[in-house]
Amino acid sequence: MLTLTCPCCGVIAEETEFAPGGEAHLKRFGPGSSDDEFEGYLFARKNPKGVHFERWRHAYGCGKWFLAARDTNTLEVFATYKAQTTEPPADVIAKIKAKRPDWEGYK
Amino acid sequence: MSEAVSALSGQTHEGFVTVSEAGLVGMISIRSDLEAKGLAKALKAERLPVPGPRRIETANGRSIAWMSPDELLLICAHDEAPALTDRLAKALAGDHALVVNVSDARAMFTIRGDKADQVVMKLSPADIATLPEGEIRRSRTAQVAAAFWRSGESEISLISFRSVAGYVMGLLEVSAREGSDLF
Amino acid sequence: MSTRLSKGGRLIDRAKPLAFTFNGKPMRGFAGDTLASALLGGGQVMVGRSFKYHRPRGIVASGAEEPNALVGLGRNARFEPDQRTTTTELFEGAETTSQNHWPSLDFDIGEINNTFYKFLPAGFYYKTFMAPRAAWKHLFEPIIRKSAGLGGVPKEADPDRYEQVYAHCDVLVVGGGVAGLAAALKEGRAGKRVWLIEQTPNWGGRTPVDGGQIDGHDAQNWIDSALVELSSMENVTMRTRLMAAGLHDHGYVIGYENLADTTPGDGRPRHRLWRIRAGHTITATGAIERPLAFAGNDVPGVMLASAVRDYIVNWAVSPGDRTVLVTNNDDAYRTALAILDAGLTVSAVVDAREETHGALPEAVKARGVRVLEGRGIAKVLGRKGVSGVEICAQAGEGGAVEMIDCDCVAMSGGWSPVVHLWSHCGGKLTWDDARAMFRPDPNRPPTGADGTGMATVVGAANGDLTLSEAMGGLGIGAASGEEAPLAPVWMMPAGAPDALRFKSFLDYQNDVKVSDVQLAAREGYESVEHTKRYTTLGMATDQGKLSNINGLAILSDALGQPIPATGTTTFRPPYTPISLGAVTAEAKGELFQPLRRTPIQSWHEAKGAHWEPVGHWRRPYCYPKSGESHRDAVNREITNTRKNVGMLDASTLGKIVVKGPDAGKFLDMLYTNMMSTLPVGKCRYGLMCNENGFLMDDGVVARLDEDTWLCHTTSGGADHIHGWMEDWLQCEWWDWKVYTANLTEQYAQIAVVGPKSRELLERLGGMDVSKETLPFMKWTEGKLGAFDARIFRISFSGELSYEIAVPASQGLALWQALMVEGEALGVMPYGTEALHVMRAEKGFIMIGDETDGTVIPQDLGLNWALSKKKTDYLGKRAQERSHMTDPNRWKLVGLETLDGSVIPDGSHAPADGFNANGQRNTQGRVTSTYYSPTIGKGIAMGLVLNGPDRMGEVIEFTGEGEEMVKARIVDPVFYDKDGEKQNV
Repeated sequence: MLTLTCPCCGVIAEETEFAPGGEAHLKRFGPGSSDDEFEGYLFARKNPKGVHFERWRHAYGCGKWFLAARDTNTLEVFATYKAQTTEPPADVIAKIKAKRPDWEGYK
Repeated sequence: MSEAVSALSGQTHEGFVTVSEAGLVGMISIRSDLEAKGLAKALKAERLPVPGPRRIETANGRSIAWMSPDELLLICAHDEAPALTDRLAKALAGDHALVVNVSDARAMFTIRGDKADQVVMKLSPADIATLPEGEIRRSRTAQVAAAFWRSGESEISLISFRSVAGYVMGLLEVSAREGSDLF
Repeated sequence: MSTRLSKGGRLIDRAKPLAFTFNGKPMRGFAGDTLASALLGGGQVMVGRSFKYHRPRGIVASGAEEPNALVGLGRNARFEPDQRTTTTELFEGAETTSQNHWPSLDFDIGEINNTFYKFLPAGFYYKTFMAPRAAWKHLFEPIIRKSAGLGGVPKEADPDRYEQVYAHCDVLVVGGGVAGLAAALKEGRAGKRVWLIEQTPNWGGRTPVDGGQIDGHDAQNWIDSALVELSSMENVTMRTRLMAAGLHDHGYVIGYENLADTTPGDGRPRHRLWRIRAGHTITATGAIERPLAFAGNDVPGVMLASAVRDYIVNWAVSPGDRTVLVTNNDDAYRTALAILDAGLTVSAVVDAREETHGALPEAVKARGVRVLEGRGIAKVLGRKGVSGVEICAQAGEGGAVEMIDCDCVAMSGGWSPVVHLWSHCGGKLTWDDARAMFRPDPNRPPTGADGTGMATVVGAANGDLTLSEAMGGLGIGAASGEEAPLAPVWMMPAGAPDALRFKSFLDYQNDVKVSDVQLAAREGYESVEHTKRYTTLGMATDQGKLSNINGLAILSDALGQPIPATGTTTFRPPYTPISLGAVTAEAKGELFQPLRRTPIQSWHEAKGAHWEPVGHWRRPYCYPKSGESHRDAVNREITNTRKNVGMLDASTLGKIVVKGPDAGKFLDMLYTNMMSTLPVGKCRYGLMCNENGFLMDDGVVARLDEDTWLCHTTSGGADHIHGWMEDWLQCEWWDWKVYTANLTEQYAQIAVVGPKSRELLERLGGMDVSKETLPFMKWTEGKLGAFDARIFRISFSGELSYEIAVPASQGLALWQALMVEGEALGVMPYGTEALHVMRAEKGFIMIGDETDGTVIPQDLGLNWALSKKKTDYLGKRAQERSHMTDPNRWKLVGLETLDGSVIPDGSHAPADGFNANGQRNTQGRVTSTYYSPTIGKGIAMGLVLNGPDRMGEVIEFTGEGEEMVKARIVDPVFYDKDGEKQNV
């Protein structure tokens, strides 16, 4: 069972105090989007063995959503960061690169 | 106004510590930019500070707690909550803020005794031993949300939702039972 | 025969005798005994029978690795099967019974004789119970069920209580032997927050038995002073009887504490499950001695060498008068010395190695004991107890060179580090050829949240078997005598023929023999995991602790490959079994799950409400009067509400306040219809869809002021919808200025429904609730009688109806006041079933009935609630997908049975022909179906192919059994189509 640090309130808590929310940094496609765009938004999800960006909510705590960069294989947590961003911040990317030099990078 | 009743009317159980429902307590939820000057001014007028992250400050018979980056909880007497809610709402009318009376949506409990921490240890995954005075921890007790803080010498206060007050009291009672202290 | 020695026993208190029974026979032991030591002390060598062959079995070990000596303990509700006698503490009045035999331990008709068990080889079940299929039910399954399972099951509810606790520390040290104590001392002195836990009641591990010098002191003295220092440290918590069951992700350790097993019914929690979050875990879990495989190594009286000396030194129990020690290593000679020190006889030492010159063998030889080098045991003589052994050349094929009388055989095949915790979360092992063991690979530890190693291993668990190695690794000097290398001998003799291998046991409890593993290899089982399942090696309750390595070695040999190429099976938690009670802890009975109560719940209880669970709420389904059926009660409640006035506790409805300059824009995205245009003071029914376009929730929205809306949700949906709102506000439209608050529990909400509802409210007085002041779909607030109330003029029944919200603390008082005032008007409470029927009579949909996560508003004829003006709302794009606009989607209609009966819940309407899977085609299904007392017959709603175009057509639905039910497709509004009743 994971422990995560909520970047919104600073509390370190165990997984049961959070609610998972799937893949992070999805771009919403609404009316006017193509079928392919909408299909990608609604259904296509990454499932990497390795570096992954995901959504978590501090459901039993401050109630805020945040994002986590995590290795799905080793469960190493590289960083947690605020949800109000459309892509991983540079410092998070740098942290991951330092630990996983072979990582192909975001996207 | 009709006579108001709390969820459990002050029910108390004695074990290796004493657990009680605290009866009617006033609670006001304030959602706002916590850096906003208007908020500080509105609270100052009520002789209340804006608490820092995770802090709970007690002054003049009231407490005010940091609940999230844009949410405070003001704890006061139950009967002053409606008027206080109105005053704060009016003071913040020009700002983007939400002030609502949540007194009756909650239940409050106290755990009193030297081993009060041990009751929380049985119910919450939070590390109560390292919870400093003046800090509120939002977490869970068994299967429901709760928030708790050190409210006095050998005393922990705990807030849950009103509808599950009976469940929380059941948890507290069984956890505090004589003969089950940990250390 | 085993006996209690007249002196010694470092763990027993002879001043405290304890009485217990074994199969009804009164026996005696002492405080400090385990059940095993007390049984042996009382001469009980044979304690059970094996699982498959029902062979007589005795105590093999002295710890968690014991496979044989499991007993039933206690009686009635406190009976528990499979209690490991070697780790169960003796207590006054303990009632123990042996297992797996009939009619008695001594005489068992299920015992499978030597000839027959050749016919029960590895994979017997897989090979035999294949065909014919029909034989499964009547032949195979009854046989397997009868022979499966150890012990009995208690038939009554467990009367004991259990609990769980969360603990946190910087360093968790698992194992209270000398290595664990030394590690805890080091961490404690460094000021860390340390937990030190030990599964047995005693500190010190094996060292007090094996002896030696630590840091210049006698080992026991060093232990004593370490305990004094640790106890004095405020930052160190020490607990015995607490077993680390598993090491999980991010330093999460499950600990299992035994509190009250020896004091049944004393009111304390019996077991406690610790959920420990450790910054770092040091495992000091020691090592387990391995048996040797030779014919008859399962005869009662054949024991591990370490166990023999444990029983002598710890509990003053002699496992036998004349012992033959058989070994492949020096350490086992300590047992010979212990036996001699106790004044007993070592008949011979049989050492598989050609030569022995170590200090320990020399010491034994010096005391006049025969040491037979290069020898092995050909077979053990005796059936229910050892009567002797046949000695052979280890290098040969088992030809007996000598027979030695004895009543105990102490065996040692070397030691295996306990690597379970290290391995649970991905720590890797490496094969140490010189020591013939798997040991933790320090370069490949289990890793934690930060990606670095979260565990280290010290002492024997690390493969540092001698005291000087174990303590040297911790920087402490220790002496215990040099030991010569062991010989990796797994089977005796090396060339044992079939006849011997058929009786050489590896897994004692599951009766897996050397011959079974070899057969599996011959049949092509190369993977150790497959061999495990095929032979059941290591699948017994000891989970292979005793002899998995022996099995791996035999398999590797049969496959002609080195042991590391075979590898190990996966180590899985828990280390030893934990009680289900501890897993459940407080979550049983009333506390099984949270029960949410409305402020009016006590009134419903007092009135004998029949309940319907709705989420974690429990709502009144109906209020049956004395002698009244539920169905009659529902009909009465409906009829009274439509004729007079009824009251419903609607407090469970979700109530979410949404406020801010962008709140209108936000709600326009959330709801399918337009909420930004709702005038202050008015209410509007709204639908919410998810991004798949499917209907998710519905409810009435009230606009409270210029920038504030109150959104009602379904009872089960409040938390979800609040979370949904916050998700979009925080993660997608974070620049929109909107705040939400879930006020569901702040208010008690009471629906007052029926033609006399206005009169009832007027009796309370205070507010003007007239048609003019408060018309349909408006709300108002003020004083209703003595209450601060907000009143919504909305209706889910089609009647004149008010929903009154007051602070929860006043909810019960308002309910009671309405009941009193309404008495003259014939007021009655009504429950959720009446609510359901009345809304169905009006053709109102219910989330969860008409919707199931695949239904879009267009399916339900709710197009009127889909804004045409809005360019976007959640779900809009999905509703444009080709499948969603397919004209052949089933659509909502009303259904009226021709014979007046009620269509069964879940009925489908078959259509002609069959689909590609050979299933009958369907053209519709029922979504809601009730008896309507208002209409006087069965009514239903359903989704039907081209339904709205088929008004008046009669189609058939599946009924109870073979009967089909004929129903006419009609408008879903059965009652008051023009809405005259609600709009008065």
